[in-house]
Amino acid sequence: MKAFITRRKSLLVAAGAALALSLSACGGGTTTTPPVDKPSFAAGTTMEKLSQAGKITIGTKFDQPLFGQKGLDGKPVGFDVEIGKAIAAKLGITPDKIEWVETVSANREPFIEQGRVDIVVATYTINDARKQKVSFAGPYYEAGQALLVNKDDSSITKPEDVAGKKVCSVTGSTPAKTIVDKYAAELVPAANYTACLEPLRNKQVVAVTTDNVILAGYVDKEPDAFKLASDQTFTKEPYGIGLKKEDTVFRNWINDQLEAFAKDDTYKKAWEATAGKVIKTVPALPTIDRY
Amino acid sequence: MDAIFESLPQYWDGFLRTLFLAVVSGVIALLLGTLLAAMRVSPVAALRGFSTFYVEVARNTPLTIIFFFSAIVLPRLGVKFEQFEVAAIIALSSYTAAFVAEAVRSGVNSVPVGQAEAARSIGMTFAQVLGFIVLPQALRTVVPPLINIMIALVKNSSVAGAFFVLELFGYGLQLSNSRGDAVMWILIGVAFFYLLITVPLGLLAHFVERKVAIAR
Amino acid sequence: MTSVLYDVPGPKARRISLIGSVLGSIIITGGVVGAIVILSSQGIFNASRWEVFVNESAKDVWTQLGLGVLATLQAAGVAAIIAFPLGVALCLLRISLISWIRVPTQVVLEFLRGMPVVLMILFVLLVFATSPFVAVVSGLVLYNAAIFAEILRAGIQSLPKGQREAGLAIGLRSFQSRMSIEFPQAIRRMLPSLVAQLVVLLKDTSLGYIVAYEELLRKVKLISDLEPSLLFSAFFVGAAIYILINLSVSRLAIWIERRGTKKAAGGTAKAVETVDLELGTAGPK
Repeated sequence: MKAFITRRKSLLVAAGAALALSLSACGGGTTTTPPVDKPSFAAGTTMEKLSQAGKITIGTKFDQPLFGQKGLDGKPVGFDVEIGKAIAAKLGITPDKIEWVETVSANREPFIEQGRVDIVVATYTINDARKQKVSFAGPYYEAGQALLVNKDDSSITKPEDVAGKKVCSVTGSTPAKTIVDKYAAELVPAANYTACLEPLRNKQVVAVTTDNVILAGYVDKEPDAFKLASDQTFTKEPYGIGLKKEDTVFRNWINDQLEAFAKDDTYKKAWEATAGKVIKTVPALPTIDRY
Repeated sequence: MDAIFESLPQYWDGFLRTLFLAVVSGVIALLLGTLLAAMRVSPVAALRGFSTFYVEVARNTPLTIIFFFSAIVLPRLGVKFEQFEVAAIIALSSYTAAFVAEAVRSGVNSVPVGQAEAARSIGMTFAQVLGFIVLPQALRTVVPPLINIMIALVKNSSVAGAFFVLELFGYGLQLSNSRGDAVMWILIGVAFFYLLITVPLGLLAHFVERKVAIAR
Repeated sequence: MTSVLYDVPGPKARRISLIGSVLGSIIITGGVVGAIVILSSQGIFNASRWEVFVNESAKDVWTQLGLGVLATLQAAGVAAIIAFPLGVALCLLRISLISWIRVPTQVVLEFLRGMPVVLMILFVLLVFATSPFVAVVSGLVLYNAAIFAEILRAGIQSLPKGQREAGLAIGLRSFQSRMSIEFPQAIRRMLPSLVAQLVVLLKDTSLGYIVAYEELLRKVKLISDLEPSLLFSAFFVGAAIYILINLSVSRLAIWIERRGTKKAAGGTAKAVETVDLELGTAGPK
């Protein structure tokens, strides 16, 4: 029994060491403005609670290129992550005090409702069904769905062209649903976008569909193999910041910060450091939806 | 609750595809597995070796990785399917066959030695002993575990949802994404459709078990 | 020792079998070589796809994979330790002589067995608001306890009736007979199935992806997402690690089983199994 305990301990130590290793390995350049020194908030607000605690838990995607993707050093990077850092900074919280939690489509609403995360910045499209469970600040970005096709394929230029044809997207994602419901494509679901590229390369599907920014990333990596079917997007996906339902004060505060980011270049810098590497034009902050 | 009824067409489509994958893969796995089991007890050393190797590797590889090979590596080798269901069926049946082979083999071992000896003593060949005497008796003990393997197969088919085939679980994920307000109900709906296949199979297993029970 | 299923092959049969084996090996080897040639012609074995495992970022890659392995083993270990006693308990209830205990247990077992594990994991997370780790472990425990219970039940029912009768005859109560006479024999007898299920449990940790539990396969996927060209290398390495772990578990099990067989003189079903295993490696003499 004693031997067992020792072994277990050493295992835990090893785990701890490995974790420390992965944490120390990171540190890459951050674009976020330095945290506000001792911000003050009205008593009882979520802002006050978080800023007093000095830490925040943010849910994001770990597998969404350019927006929220976990790097080899174990830290997520992307536009969503930068927005999250900027908001934390306004609460006086430094990036190292942010706990990043991976949110996948099935657990976003539950995590917010249970308080497992304070906010969710995770390519989270604002829609009415979700508004029944959680509140949204923003939108802070408006993406649009597009099609990625083989370089030599000129038969597809608009979404109507894929009707009845096979199109790959990630299982359970919003773009996957849209391409079926609106454009009658035959959906070929995959675990991730990288996996989707394979059948496209093999011409087993005619296109891969998701938000334009992500697809632009693949064109950027393999310009000889792929291209966007068109520069036009065919949906509007307003990305919002998810938080507890009815926490209107917190939501309004985040909305104010987003508008401030647009004015003081925080927004522009966050974009340029991440998604801007692929899409050069910095988007304008969409009109905030203060519902 | 409404979410379930509104989504019935999707559930139904997914259910049929899951059923299709399970039935076709199940039949192929049964045939392939029995063949592997026969190879495992055959006189030819190479066949025994191959069967052992195959079963060991297939049983110890996660299904997701087998799917990766059938759906992504095979097309790279020039084997391209018009229908992605083919890749799913290859993965599911080659994985399940290993488990079938193990079940059949232990069934063969459970047949009293005297049976084979008697058959041999009246001059039957290996194929005859196996085909007429041992396998039919082995089947009695093998049917319940085989049904359990089939139950596992039905549930395993959900992995296909991540490899280009839209089946029940894939629909479940899609619905739960678009209906964030009713995730719970959506999933209960998915569970219901799986149980619709697996529970009757389980009951069948118990029934067969009682029917063929050997008094000891 | 020879198998009872066939004669010891004569010289002619041995020759045919040898030729067949050589031909078969040539065909299989040819297929594998062909596949490697085709894949490498598409650049899948190009250094650029693999250098990430050895260059300056290798430390990070292997750290991530190591953390994944650790997470996989942790979830599987904890789940197995909880699921086994629970399986014994469920089995006891399932073979209870009292019908109002037995029948509801059977219904519960049937339900647990028929539910996809991935759904159970998700349910636990959503309903009980747990962390991903707890959700994964709970899902695995619920399902595998049910399977363990079924395996043990089959083991107990395969015991000769005399075992229990003898136990009762010397004045043991039903529960005592179960615990001290029947279960020990059933566990030993069903060890191969129990261990096979353990491997399944280990592999099923990969279903944790649904609640974003970062086990090995999830790590493989995240790495492959970073760069499309890493797709193949990450999966090949992941497959190798998995097979290595699972084979070790299986080998360990066979070793334990052999040891157990020696101890339990005259174990019935097991003895036959061992003979067969030995034949499989040694071949007819």
